Amino acid sequence: MTQDKKQLITMKGTKDGLTLFIDDTCSFDKAIQELEYKMNESRPANTEPVVAVRVKLGYRFLKDDQMSLLKKIITAENRFTIQTIESDVVPREEVRKWQENSEIKAMNRIVRSGQVLHITGDLLLIGDVNPGGKVTATGNIFIMGNLRGIAHAGIDGDKQAFIVASYMNPMQLRIAHYISRAPDYESDGVYMECGLVDEEKDKIIIDRLQVLSQRRREINRFERRMLNG
Amino acid sequence: MGEAIVITSGKGGVGKTTTTANIGTALALMDKKVCLIDTDIGLRNLDVVMGLENRIIYDIVDVIEERCKLKQALIKDKRFDYLSLLPAAQTSDKTSVTADGMQRIVAELKQEYDYIIIDCPAGIEQGFQNAIAGADKAIVVTTPEKSSVRDADRIIGLLEKEEMEEPPRLVINRIRNHMMKNGDMLDIDEVLQILSIDLIGIVIDDDEVIKASNKGEPVAYKPSSKASIAYRNIARRILGETVPLQSLDTEKGMMQKIKQFFGMRS
Repeated sequence: MTQDKKQLITMKGTKDGLTLFIDDTCSFDKAIQELEYKMNESRPANTEPVVAVRVKLGYRFLKDDQMSLLKKIITAENRFTIQTIESDVVPREEVRKWQENSEIKAMNRIVRSGQVLHITGDLLLIGDVNPGGKVTATGNIFIMGNLRGIAHAGIDGDKQAFIVASYMNPMQLRIAHYISRAPDYESDGVYMECGLVDEEKDKIIIDRLQVLSQRRREINRFERRMLNG
Repeated sequence: MGEAIVITSGKGGVGKTTTTANIGTALALMDKKVCLIDTDIGLRNLDVVMGLENRIIYDIVDVIEERCKLKQALIKDKRFDYLSLLPAAQTSDKTSVTADGMQRIVAELKQEYDYIIIDCPAGIEQGFQNAIAGADKAIVVTTPEKSSVRDADRIIGLLEKEEMEEPPRLVINRIRNHMMKNGDMLDIDEVLQILSIDLIGIVIDDDEVIKASNKGEPVAYKPSSKASIAYRNIARRILGETVPLQSLDTEKGMMQKIKQFFGMRS
């Protein structure tokens, strides 16, 4: 009997707005029922200010249609807007993707003219990228060898991605949607340098490796992308 | 059982045909049984360089389409009994040559010959695929020019995907010593650093090569020039000998060196 008495939906007011806890042990239908009831209980007038709501699901996972039902009930005929819906459960598929994106994959080969090497996550290439060859990665690119071709880091749009090479003399460096190319005059290339996007100048710069530690502190953390989500 | 070596480059005009003719000749000089195959259908040259143009009756397409036996199509060289040429077709449709057909021909020739040297057409299309289909080993020819090195790199990438006995080896052709010294041309180390495969020989740009091929006599036949010695050295390296790289500087004692070279051989 105590089960029935237990509140499935709890609301708490904070200074940022309203937090709505939904119990994660009952069935979804029950929770929805009670939520609907609670919502109908208090219909604010249209003149009242809009309140931001954070929904916390606990260890409950919602499918897309359940999610839209939930959103509909909370926002319909109410002065609520949903700020976030948080769940402590992450689908396996998503975790796999996160893991893949944060993994460093080591390759040992020469990427020759005309060849393309694509990696999901970070690429650690032990070998050269020859002129006309191309390496791409969704994360960062580390090359222990000569980079003479094209390297494209953060291919899905990650501007924080960077490119490191033992010997850097690339045809092009690309990071997210930025492209920089080698100068028209013959250049000798540089040793142990990195390429990254400079936000102020809004372009790719090449600098000494030491600069990385100041500019991209997050590389020391393993789960950086998990955290950035 | 012989071994089949394909001579390829990707880019045209770097000296595939010349290299094929000369390596073949140099191997024949060392008493090996050698068969050259020209796979550049429609643009055959190897017969001209070898001076065997007017002896062609049947060609490789005739063999594949079974209009003649393989032995009938082989042309015996003027100078060596053990050197033969299987010429390319000049007019036939090149689509009739397949990788499968090439493998059959090469396998048959391997029974009879020590070395089968395959002259590959330029490019990376079907002709290239056919040429490398039957080969056990590959030699990539490049010149010290950027475009040529780039194409050689591409070709090496493609060859690495094939299952060959060993990684391809490199011939750097048409070296002009004075330009290399001035830095106007890529030097040998630069080329090797990019391609990172083993070097099997360097050949300087020599007027004699052009003179000789116009005469229909490969330059390696007569040891009168540096290029000739270079090709002979390549042949010796194919046979497994360790031969130091030729010095590029032309000095007074060049004749001396050639004499010394012959002294070593006999």
